[in-house]
Amino acid sequence: MKWLESNLDLVWELVLAHIGLSVPPILIGFLVSIPIGWVANRYRPSRGVILVVLGLLYTVPSIPLFIFMPIFLGTPLLSPVNVVVALTIYAVALMVRTAADGLASVDDDTLLAASAMGYSGWQRFWRVELPLSGPVLLSGLRVVSASTVSLATLGVIIGVQSLGYLFTNGFQRNIPAEVITGIVATLVIAVVFDLLLVLIGRLLLPWSTPDRRRRAARRTTPALVAGGVS
Amino acid sequence: MIEFRSVTKRFPDGTVAVDSFDLVIPPRKTTVLVGSSGCGKTTLLRMINRMIDPTSGSIIIDGEDTAGLEPVKLRRRIGYVMQNSGLLPHRKVIDNVATVPILNGTPKREAREHALGLLDTVGLDRSLADKYPRQLSGGQQQRVGVARGLAADPNILLMDEPFGAVDPIVRAELQQETIRLQEGLGKTVVFVTHDIDEAFLLGHQVVILQKGGHIAQAGSPAEILAAPANDFVASFVGADKGKRALRIQRVGDRDVVVDENGTPTGVLQP
Ligand SMILES: Nc1ncnc2c1ncn2[C@@H]1O[C@H](COP(=O)(O)OP(=O)(O)OP(=O)(O)O)[C@@H](O)[C@H]1O
Ligand SMILES: [Mg+2]
Repeated sequence: MKWLESNLDLVWELVLAHIGLSVPPILIGFLVSIPIGWVANRYRPSRGVILVVLGLLYTVPSIPLFIFMPIFLGTPLLSPVNVVVALTIYAVALMVRTAADGLASVDDDTLLAASAMGYSGWQRFWRVELPLSGPVLLSGLRVVSASTVSLATLGVIIGVQSLGYLFTNGFQRNIPAEVITGIVATLVIAVVFDLLLVLIGRLLLPWSTPDRRRRAARRTTPALVAGGVS
Repeated sequence: MIEFRSVTKRFPDGTVAVDSFDLVIPPRKTTVLVGSSGCGKTTLLRMINRMIDPTSGSIIIDGEDTAGLEPVKLRRRIGYVMQNSGLLPHRKVIDNVATVPILNGTPKREAREHALGLLDTVGLDRSLADKYPRQLSGGQQQRVGVARGLAADPNILLMDEPFGAVDPIVRAELQQETIRLQEGLGKTVVFVTHDIDEAFLLGHQVVILQKGGHIAQAGSPAEILAAPANDFVASFVGADKGKRALRIQRVGDRDVVVDENGTPTGVLQP
């Protein structure tokens, strides 16, 4: 606790850096995955290839990937862009399968009805397919978010600031409180991101989460009515 | 008026679902396509709004060849009601009904106002407007489906086994409702079913189909019952087993009509 009190500024700075490293890969990964998932879902023969190749990407060990990034990208060695791009690759690797599954989860009858009503292909995608894949996409996004927040700690290996610094520094200097602070702070970020995603889901997909209040109301209404009568 | 002119549909896998089909569907009447599973009913229906394009032949609506029309625009002026309602699960009832007019450019408020009126038309309580489809019973969903089909005030309403999945009592209600709506609004209804009783109840013109969309017989229910064209038709409508054979029994000074089992079904009016 002592350690934390005297290093609050450092921890806060690292938390912000960590968030800054994690958010872009989550968002970009999500946006990139949807068109790829759409192609995989639309052109069935391509599905297997796309999913396997991208799935393999996730198994590329992270340290070499981080280290090779500057060589691939021509970016400066210590640039956070290296970490962001590497994390985006992992995010896409995780997310594409979910995107394809999400789009495939939309009921064929619903799509057919949408076409019969006179949605054009484009309108049908934006107003029917995408929203209806929402619940599956959201579940995938939550996994990507947790994975990205955790992987971002590795940025420290190539000298990019993140909460990972607290692990390495605390370990080298043998300060357990510093290591524990790093772990807890990372977990807190992951949990807050998850809660935010769930909240966004509630707002954007009101039709998918059976409204607890309304269900509760339905359960209690007969009792109330009965009570009122007696 | 909808006209099929030697329409053939061959699917990419080689299945010939419909084989040189000719039919005239009169305006402001109900035409029922009836036949057993796989005889091509759905394929025929979907060729009218170009959900499926014929391999050869043409479909003419009010003198216009549909091949020359833009499919999306064509669909917006033809109502379509399907089994299991096909409602959009993420849109409220009211928005499901208002969708087509909005796609057509009607201002949102006006479309929703009109949609509320349509809920009345199909016998639904307005309090359902803000519910999601999954919060409705099957019969209610089907009514919403009908309201949605009517929303853009189309001349033509296509209905593909719309009441196939609801219980017999609700089904009977919906059938009566359909008759009332068709008469009241003067729509051209093309209705698909495999239930001959439903076909006779709803159809001004009944078209009995065999595999490949071959017409076994087309005519009014009375014409078909009076003179089944062949053994297939006779058996399909149940005439061969005496199911449709009613007899008159004199009881006192009244004529009582009895069915093949001798069970009274009604009294002849003088
Ligand atoms: N997309 C398709 N590709 C290949 N064959 C098809 C396709 N759609 C339908 N068919 C075939 O065409 C024939 C007619 O199908 P259709 O759906 O029109 O029958 P239906 O009369 O509506 O049957 P049901 O009463 O079961 O709905 C069937 O043999 C069916 O297997
Ligand atoms: Mg069918």
